[in-house]
This record gives sequence, C-alpha cells and structure tokens, in this order.
Amino acid sequence: MTDTPGPLEYLRRWPIRAWLVVVIVYLYAPLVTLMAFSFNASKRNIVWRGFTLDWYRAAFADQDLIVAFGNSLTIALISTVVSVALGALTALLLWRFRFPAKALLEGALGLPIVVPEICMGVAMLVFFTQVMPWPTSLAWPLNLGAIIISHISFSFSFVAIVIRGRLASFNRELEEAAKDLGAGEWRIFWDVLVPHMQPGLIAGALLAFTLSLDDFVITFFTSGPDTTTFPVKVYSMVRFSVTPEVNAASTILIVLTVALTAFALKISGGTVAAVEAGEGL
Amino acid sequence: MSEPIIRFENVTKRYGKVLAVDNVSLSIGEGEFFALLGPSGCGKTTLLRMLAGFETPTEGRILIDGEDISRTPPNKRPVNMVFQSYAVFPHMTVAANVAYGLVVDGVAAPERSRRVEEALALVKLDGYGGRKPDQLSGGQRQRVALARALVKRPRVLLLDEPLSALDAKLREAMRSELAQLQEKVGITFLFVTHDQDEALAMASRCAVMNRGLLQQVATPSDLYEFPNSRFVADFIGSVNLFEGRLAVDEPDHAVVVAPGLPTRIFLDHGVTGAADSAVWVALRPEKIELHKRGDGRAPPRLEDTPEGCNLVAGVIRQISYLGSESVYEVALEGGGAVKALRSNLTRRDQEDFTWDEPVWLAWHACSPAVLLS
Repeated sequence: MTDTPGPLEYLRRWPIRAWLVVVIVYLYAPLVTLMAFSFNASKRNIVWRGFTLDWYRAAFADQDLIVAFGNSLTIALISTVVSVALGALTALLLWRFRFPAKALLEGALGLPIVVPEICMGVAMLVFFTQVMPWPTSLAWPLNLGAIIISHISFSFSFVAIVIRGRLASFNRELEEAAKDLGAGEWRIFWDVLVPHMQPGLIAGALLAFTLSLDDFVITFFTSGPDTTTFPVKVYSMVRFSVTPEVNAASTILIVLTVALTAFALKISGGTVAAVEAGEGL
Repeated sequence: MSEPIIRFENVTKRYGKVLAVDNVSLSIGEGEFFALLGPSGCGKTTLLRMLAGFETPTEGRILIDGEDISRTPPNKRPVNMVFQSYAVFPHMTVAANVAYGLVVDGVAAPERSRRVEEALALVKLDGYGGRKPDQLSGGQRQRVALARALVKRPRVLLLDEPLSALDAKLREAMRSELAQLQEKVGITFLFVTHDQDEALAMASRCAVMNRGLLQQVATPSDLYEFPNSRFVADFIGSVNLFEGRLAVDEPDHAVVVAPGLPTRIFLDHGVTGAADSAVWVALRPEKIELHKRGDGRAPPRLEDTPEGCNLVAGVIRQISYLGSESVYEVALEGGGAVKALRSNLTRRDQEDFTWDEPVWLAWHACSPAVLLS
C-alpha cells in the first residue's frame, strides 16, 4: 500500500475530485434547494424564515392541483401499459421477421425520439383538431384520451428500442431447446422469450412512465381546460406567482418518481440498470 | 448391425443454390453411439438439425422406427437434443430446467419429480436441483442439458459438438463419461463433431462427410486403417500420401511405383479394379520404422517384402517431441519428405535419433493402404 494514486485511481486525484464536486453541486443543488424551500415559512423563495408544513397543506387543499395530479398519474399508467405492450410487439416483429418495409419501420421508430417535442406538440394539436377530434364531453378518464394517445405515440418508440436491444442478446438455441423439449410457439413465448425480455420490459415501462409523467410540451398542446396535467398546472401556477406551494407539489412528485424507480429496480434485480447502460439511454 | 432406428433415404438439402447435404442415405441402429464427422461446412450439422426437425429436407425422407418424420415439427418427434451452447434456461433452476420437457408433456407432479431426481443422479448432479445455471460451471451446465434431454426418454439423443466448449482435461474426462452414460441408458446417441479424436474415441460407428457428401461410414478403426479415399485418409489422423501407378497387380500381391518415392511399394494383397490407373498410397507415420544408417551398417531386412521394396534412405530434418511419442520429418534422398512416428518407450528413447542423422525408413507389406480416389 502506498499513498500515491495508482494509474487508474482517478478519484484519488484532486482535479478529478474537484470536477466531481462541481458536477454534483450543479446537478443536485437545484433539487435540494427546491425541496428545502418547500418547507420555508415565507411566501418568497429567497430567504429562509423557518420550518413549516403549510405549503403541503395548501397543496393538498388545492382541488385543481389534486385533480391535475390524478390526471397525470392516470395518463402515465394507461400510456405505460399500452406502450409497453405495443413496444414489445414492435420489437419482436423487428427482431423476428423479415418483411419488405422493415428498414422503413425501423427508421420511423426513431422519429418520435428525434423530432423536436414542440413539433410533435403542434402536430398533435393539428391532428386532434383537424383530422380526428377527440370528444371533450366524455366522462373521466375517457376525456384524457387525446393526451394518452399522444403520450403513447412517443413513449412506445423508447420501449421498442430498449426491448429490441435486449432481444439482440437472445440465444436462439434456447427457443429451439424449448421446442425440442415439446413446447409449442405460445409456451415458448411465455416460458423462454418473455423471461428474457423482462429486464427490457421493466426498463421500458419505467421510461414510458416517467416520460409521460413529466411531459409538458406535447401535453400542453393536447390538454383542454378540464384535462390539465400536473406539469401544465404547475406551469400555470408559476406564471401566476412562484409560491412554495409549487415547491411542495414538485417535491411530492420527485419523491414519488424516485420511490417508483427504486421499487422497479429492486423487483428486477438491478438488471434494468445494466440494460439501460447497454442501450446508452 | 441391429435393426435400424434412423434411416436417411436420399436426403438432399439446398439453401437457395447452395447444396448443404447431397443425396445422403444412412442407417443407424438401435443402441449405437454414432458420430457425424467432417470439417466445418460439410453438412453434418444440417443433417443433425433435419433429424431434430429444425430443418426440412429439400428431397428425400427421414424415418424413425420406420415412420416418415420429415415434416413432423420438432416438438412432436421422439428425439431430444443437447445444444452446442447447452441452451440451459437461465431464469429456471436446474430442477426446473430438467422438468421442463415433462411439464410441457403434462406428466403428473409426483412422477415428474421422481424422474427429475433420477435424471440428475444419472449425470451426477444430485443435490444441484435448486441451483441457478449461473452458479454452475460449463461442464455442469452441459450435464443439466444432458439430463434435460434424457429425462424425456427419447428414442435418439442428438448432441451438437458436445465437447467443443470444454477445456482439454475436462473434454477427455467427458469422453469416457458420455460413453459410459450411453451404455447405461441404452439410448441411441448421434453426435456431430469436427474433432476426429473425439469421434474415434467415443463412437461405435462414424460417418465422414465432406461438401455435403457422405464419404465413408465405418467403425473408427476401419476408418483409420482402411480409408476409402484420400479425403478420409487425410482427415482422420496424419498420413503420408504418394501418388503412383500400379506396376504389378496379382491376387496375392501388388507393386506400386510412385515417382515421389525412390523405392517400389510392395503390398501383400491385390488391388482390384485399378488396372494401370492412377492410385494413391496412404502410409501412416507410426507404421514406418526408423533404423540407423551410415558407418557401414547393413540396411534392415524385411522378411515379408522382396529386396528393393518398402525401404528408403533419408536424413532427419525435424523432430517434434510430443512426450509420449516423437514425430520425425525425414528428407528423402532424391527429394520429398516422409513423416515417421516413434513411441518413446523408455525414458532415454528420444535421444536415440537426432537432427541431420542418416536413417533408413522401412515398412511392412501390410501397412500401406491403396486408394483409388
């Protein structure tokens, strides 16, 4: 043991450590500030005036905010389920079969990811007003249909790409082994293919859920007066005035997302991280 | 040979214009340990996969127990396969892997667990049932694949390059273990390999394939000692090949004159159907005797061979010491080179012959094999 850092022990060198500290501060300081000021006993986010839970009470008492929050969760949940199913099937199709327009479909799959969100938003607005108007008078949650559809349309690409990557590492002999042992196509799908896809399914679901939950731009163009989501509601509150109530609501959202992600990672045994790293996502 | 259990009848497989298997007819008997041997791309794996059902023959039929199964899907055939990658299901325990085929078949739970136990004991994995595949070594995973296939009591067990992924020591141990296992369960084993040692060591019979064609089907010793073509002679083991012409061809002896060899090759048997045509003589290195030459020593006398035959003078150019034996590359007087192999029977044997030493090479009249193609 010596005190001089080894050739690969970058973390024991001060310039790297300083860099690391700067990165961490810039990444997390804003979040910590946001959370801290949600407990601030002042109407302004500037000076600390003491601890209070008033803003949380205010947030929970704000009927519009609660409704928006419920809308957001509902939209995220439904769009996740649908886009995981759609994305998984698309990935299977692209992995398993050869057909004439395959390259075209593969290219088109990346489109919702690369097209600027604002363009997607405008496109959705035009689509839902000019081409296929979604009835606004429907009962909840059917009135959220337009938003759900637009969320699915971009998040399913992410799901498909993650699962497609996972399928690339599938050993075809596993499928043949199952068949050799007497299994039919349906059994092979559920007994061999789905277990292999599972980390991809969970990673894809997490992506779809978080993408939907925090989407602002596209939702802004597709939501109506009765169908506000949480990010859209926060935006309108901020335009009115920046109160710590927004901080409190945001803190709840952050805690919820982190908890959900941690839970998903735990049930998938940490493989999601590996899959996401492998996918560069 | 016992009653054939598998029959390939004029089986041909084409991938577009590529001919993978060319009009192969082959019968395999009950209880045989049969090897399909050949270089990569010779069609042996295609033949195996057609038997498993993963490929369909373009022409011809495949019969198991007299029943045409050419179009039967793999999950309905009485054969099971051990895959080259073993293909053990990574998300299932060892016991669940072995039980899988029985679950699919709807075998009741009590009988299932009894048979799984039995199969695991058979491959010496008792007590490993609860483990996951990633907690096993490569050799153990192969045993799981074996148990998983054997538990279904197939008519034929197919093995695709069964030993290629194991390290050298384990491979040797697995050879005899597979042979013992086959004897114990009495099921017909059919395995594919590109490794001739593996085929010779394990198989009761081998089929050698080349470019989609069946070259020779024989026991390992017949393949080695009585090859029917240059390809087989060269593919199995090491060989000295000389092109020549039949000078004498009587019922009880024959003489071949080879331009590359400054001696006549005398054979103690006749060669039929090769009057005056080109022939090839295959001579295995271990069948050539090395004798010291020079210092006025008389050449060795071969009692079964007339004077002036099966004896050449040369000089040792290269020695490959392999421990149990040494391979001597001898340059012949008048050009050409011959490989001779000598067992190192005593601890000082390898010092007997050295580089640049003049030697005589001699062989018996029964040693060379005459090949017509």
